[in-house]
Amino acid sequence: MPKKTALYDRHVALGARMIEFAGWLLPVQYPTGPKEEHLRVRQAAGLFDIDHMGQVIVSGPEALPFLQQIMTADVAAIPVGGAHYSLMCYADGGVVDDVFIYHLPEYYFIAINAANNRKDTRWLHYHAQKFDVQVENVSKQTYMLALQGPKAEDILQPLCESDLSQLAYHTATLTHVLGIETLVARTGYTGEDGFELFFPTEHAPKLWDGIMESGSPHGLLPIGLAARDSLRLEPCMPLYGQEISATLSPIEAGLSWAVAFSKPTFIGREALLKTYLEGPEKRLVAFEMSESGVPRHGYSVWIEGKECGQVTSGGYSPSLDKFLGLAYIPSAYSTPGTTIHIQIRKKVKKAVVVKKPFYVPSYRRKRE
Amino acid sequence: MTIKIDPDCLYTKTHEWIRVDGEYAYCGITDYAQQQLSDIVYVELPEVGDSFSQGEVFATVESVKAASDCYLPVAGEIVEINEELEESPDLVNTDPYGDGWFVRFIIEDPEELNNLMDADAYRKYTERVMAEGGH
Repeated sequence: MPKKTALYDRHVALGARMIEFAGWLLPVQYPTGPKEEHLRVRQAAGLFDIDHMGQVIVSGPEALPFLQQIMTADVAAIPVGGAHYSLMCYADGGVVDDVFIYHLPEYYFIAINAANNRKDTRWLHYHAQKFDVQVENVSKQTYMLALQGPKAEDILQPLCESDLSQLAYHTATLTHVLGIETLVARTGYTGEDGFELFFPTEHAPKLWDGIMESGSPHGLLPIGLAARDSLRLEPCMPLYGQEISATLSPIEAGLSWAVAFSKPTFIGREALLKTYLEGPEKRLVAFEMSESGVPRHGYSVWIEGKECGQVTSGGYSPSLDKFLGLAYIPSAYSTPGTTIHIQIRKKVKKAVVVKKPFYVPSYRRKRE
Repeated sequence: MTIKIDPDCLYTKTHEWIRVDGEYAYCGITDYAQQQLSDIVYVELPEVGDSFSQGEVFATVESVKAASDCYLPVAGEIVEINEELEESPDLVNTDPYGDGWFVRFIIEDPEELNNLMDADAYRKYTERVMAEGGH
């Protein structure tokens, strides 16, 4: 039986269509439809129930050396209050999971993927044996909401005790929202400014209602999984099981920036370094359809008459009004401008490799 | 959820409609189908001259979420496709029985029309499907 989140009744009352995802019943879309939901996040704001996501707390005197060993990112470089994307890899360079690490004053807080929750927890516990650390999975008692979009700060500020204008991108703070102790992180999975909120599960209805109410004059909409997927696809953010997996390397996925080779040792380092230095045989590329058609996960890629790759994610982009996707193809063809073909059912349609990302995240544009 | 049903059409259990006009028929998907799919972003249509048997896949509708096959209600040869859908697939959402039509075809065997539902029967059918919670 799939699990219901504490907000299940809210979603049903809002007219959401519920589907099963990673063992959870979640809203795939509300009556507004995924296209409008997507655009609203880009133009105003959206609220996501993402309680299916898992969370782990790592604490103890050797928390840092332990994380340095299992994470590809340089965890020592994350200041207190900082947040950083990382991968956990197997010795052969395949990906256990991709995670977000939040460095809090007393411990490290790690957000993990729903589908990998059990596997990650076993992996962390197994490797923790050699260190003086505590690993605690707090997914059940921790609720997670994401508030994303240019209006996110205006919506959250009246409810939040801290000055959010002082909370920089990729930082987090333990504060109170509507009087509830909440970890507010300026992170997300949409390419927009916004926040991810972690707080005790029993307060989920109160925070959801409070944010929805504060957001209504700003055009806030609740957002389902369909728009969550198109929102992450435009900025080319990877999804575990599609762009990354146990049999795909982060180097192939273009995630070398999340692999700190400067660290003398971590699980997977040798294999990843070898791939990095030799250059991967295949690479994840972004492509745009030159002919109309919707590329989807698992479709074949043809180049010069040969089947030589696979689409990992694809679909319609509401922001760009184009059909686009991500695919693994031989590195030799990964240069932007290269013509490739996507097999969509019985037809083979023309596409072109383009520079990543399709959509430059708003927070990156500000910096430039 | 209110479902519009055109009294002049015949219907399939897979939610296609046809409007018979002599030996020809127009065909598309129903209001129920477009509501289920929501935001249609592309319609892959057959080519003029293609022939299909009754219940054969003749088109594919792509929504934001997924691709869904459409089945020709009775056997026929395509004589015209709705070119407008290439530029404006959302016509299927806004006017499923009108501007959102898919194809016009020659009916091969009018006997097959007897296998389809009339508007009343289709209304009852969708009500039953919705009561059962989907599709």
